[in-house]
Amino acid sequence: MKIRIKFRKQGMMKFIGHLDVMRYFQKVMRRADVDIRYSEGFSPHQIMSFAAPLGVGLLSNGEYVDIEVLSAEDSRTMVRRMNEVMAEGIEVVSFRKLDDSSKSAMSLVAAADYILSFRPGKEPEDLEVFFDRLEAFYGQEHIFIEKKTKKGVKEMDLKPLIYELRREGSSVFMKVSAGSTDNVKPELVMDAFYQFMGQELLPFTFQAEREEVYADVGAEGERRLISLEELGEDIE
Amino acid sequence: MRKLALSDEILLSVQQPARYIGGEVNMAVKDPAKVDTRFCLAFPDVYEIGMSHLGIQILYDMFNRRDDVYCERVYSPWTDMDRVMRENHIPLFALESQDPVKDFDFLGITLQYEMCYTNVLQILDLSGIPLYARDRTESDPFVIGGGPCAYNPEPLAPFFDLFYIGEGETVYDRLFDVYKEHKKQGGSRREFLEKAARIPGLYVPAFYDVTYAQDGTIASFSPNNPSAPAQVVKELVVNMDDAWYIEKPLVPFIKVTQDRVVLEIQRGCIRGCRFCQAGNIYRPLREHSLEYLKKYAYKMLKSTGHEEISLSSLSSSDYTQLEGLVNFLIDEFQGKGVNISLPSLRIDAFSLDVMSKVQDVKKSSLTFAPEAGSQRLRDVINKGLTEEIILSGARDAFLGGWNRVKLYFMLGLPTETEEDMKGIAYLSEKVAETFYEIPTEQRQRRVQIVASSSFFVPKPFTPFQWARQCTKEEFSRRAYLVRDTFRQMKNFKSLKYNWHEADLSVLEGVLARGDRRVAPVIEEAYRRGALFDSWGENFNNDLWMDAFEACGVDPGFYTERERSLDEILPWDFIDAGVSKEFLKREWQAALDERITPNCRQKCSGCGARAFGGGVCFEN
Repeated sequence: MKIRIKFRKQGMMKFIGHLDVMRYFQKVMRRADVDIRYSEGFSPHQIMSFAAPLGVGLLSNGEYVDIEVLSAEDSRTMVRRMNEVMAEGIEVVSFRKLDDSSKSAMSLVAAADYILSFRPGKEPEDLEVFFDRLEAFYGQEHIFIEKKTKKGVKEMDLKPLIYELRREGSSVFMKVSAGSTDNVKPELVMDAFYQFMGQELLPFTFQAEREEVYADVGAEGERRLISLEELGEDIE
Repeated sequence: MRKLALSDEILLSVQQPARYIGGEVNMAVKDPAKVDTRFCLAFPDVYEIGMSHLGIQILYDMFNRRDDVYCERVYSPWTDMDRVMRENHIPLFALESQDPVKDFDFLGITLQYEMCYTNVLQILDLSGIPLYARDRTESDPFVIGGGPCAYNPEPLAPFFDLFYIGEGETVYDRLFDVYKEHKKQGGSRREFLEKAARIPGLYVPAFYDVTYAQDGTIASFSPNNPSAPAQVVKELVVNMDDAWYIEKPLVPFIKVTQDRVVLEIQRGCIRGCRFCQAGNIYRPLREHSLEYLKKYAYKMLKSTGHEEISLSSLSSSDYTQLEGLVNFLIDEFQGKGVNISLPSLRIDAFSLDVMSKVQDVKKSSLTFAPEAGSQRLRDVINKGLTEEIILSGARDAFLGGWNRVKLYFMLGLPTETEEDMKGIAYLSEKVAETFYEIPTEQRQRRVQIVASSSFFVPKPFTPFQWARQCTKEEFSRRAYLVRDTFRQMKNFKSLKYNWHEADLSVLEGVLARGDRRVAPVIEEAYRRGALFDSWGENFNNDLWMDAFEACGVDPGFYTERERSLDEILPWDFIDAGVSKEFLKREWQAALDERITPNCRQKCSGCGARAFGGGVCFEN
């Protein structure tokens, strides 16, 4: 049975890198006695794959890991069992059953939401001006940036990859392309914006938080994003 | 959410921020305001090493069982963090509460190897605790040392208020009770130390005076305070099944050296290898019962979620219930994705059989530790491993599909001759020949034999404690001779020879058998920048040699001199169980090339029987 687990990564867990989060979850499965499936062979490993690596330093309310199990209790019980053996900062939000034919979370990732909040003391002098400029920035037809590749510097248009960019309270909200082909990191957008303002984005200005990760279920040429969580169903 | 001592800017600018944030699964969480005693356990090396140490985990669990004690941890900040903390004047903090170490009642530092001594000073220094115990005030923690290097605490004596000699499970409870009472009544630092000195196994260096003779040897070593005993007897757990063991080991987020459940199956060793300090100071051998180990294997795998369990002991093959235990682990856990790792097994039919069950033969290698290249020298060191045993074990293994062998040796052992040194290459060659003698269809195509030699460092409480140690030049010359002999071997292409750094071994020798006059050298080396000396990339021998020179201390006095049997040794005030008479007999037996039977064959009257337990009372 294929299962999709959604979890939050908060607090000091932001210092734990992706590979260590994977190792962490392998141990969680054993501590919580999840009846996970193992691969065959001399050194069997758990059938487990993560949707999209989260950079060190980022928080998240929408991380995903897919596993395969031989059996499971209802979703609420499974969420509780896993949360009972968690370290502070990681919390399982949902445990949902997937169709046997469903694709892995990793291959489905198409977009992600981020919220960038100013760190204390790093707020701009005038928030209104800041967000006015943000609107102007996003209102451009093209947002050309220089991207460093192996062959040198390449110019690319960021605009089609930013699906939403707006103010949310005193933070910045963005919905951007994600996944293996056009993965947009939030700092790439902010770098371009600061350049647009004629300023330099200093490190540690924002605390970034991933809010959600989406699959694109729309037909060819038409984008319809739904969260990875919605592709599964609770086990009653 | 816990508040961290370091900012995001700092944590995201160093390697492995997880070293400094705590919060691991099974971490003890208490309100520091609600306990009587705050104890910070320190392992003076980087997090990944310190977190792999079983002893710390046992004490951590044991101390935190008490409601009136909150035990936290600290490890050496790596060089990048060390720099940041100094630049920003950030005091060293404990991982759990993230509070400064200086605010604790106790700082307990485990001393597992000599090359961590500059890191001991780093921990004190970064904490803002005066390096010298005599400079500490009522607001400073009591600094207590323990672990195997505490069996000769003298090179570190001035830096510590107390040392705990022996196994930690026994008298810490008494120390905490005494401290609690002392705190309630109010009293000076000195008064507390006097109370502590009366607890068995505790040594307060300030309560002893040392005088030296003209030739530099110790003239007298005696207490200067009525609370201090003339002899400090090591503490030891008599019945292992009564000892505290961990049910919920800490589970680090990052990969540490020992990233698995460690099951200590027994303590001590029956073998009596004459170079081995652990084999002497942990006498007598004491086993855990099979039932006890089964119970803890379950509990610890469940509470950690680790995917591997490893057995720990000095010589697992001597555990009487080994077969039952190994079969239990295989039957119970192997199908559940848990790997079983079996270190220090003697190679025989049984071990080859279980190893082929628990590991991929093609990917694993066999390890033998002959320690010396010739039978003569193996008799000198009382290593009861013969060439026949090694070659027949290797043959069985080759027939079983193995084709990688590791051989461990020491160079510079007492009485070593050129023939003994060349024997390292000859023995390695014979292992290769044993492989090629097997018909091609019954073995793998090629064999790879890796021989490694370390340099012998005489240690306190061993029969070799009086021995002369080689100089750096002698060590290197011997290694070159072995290397050149390897080059002449017929199967040279199947053999590989590695050797360790010589200057590190010489320094280790000074620190291992040093006295109080070595302390200023450690401080001087630390001031000049020595840190993480056990890490090859950080070790700077010149810096240490300059420190010796600046302090007017001759390292050769401690290493290049064979001591006379009547010399007062710096650690003579400790009673480690094995008597000096026994060690002298063994030293003589070594020189006579006579072997001593192991504890199960015949009692040799080492003195450890006085503790009233273990192998001494098996029959």
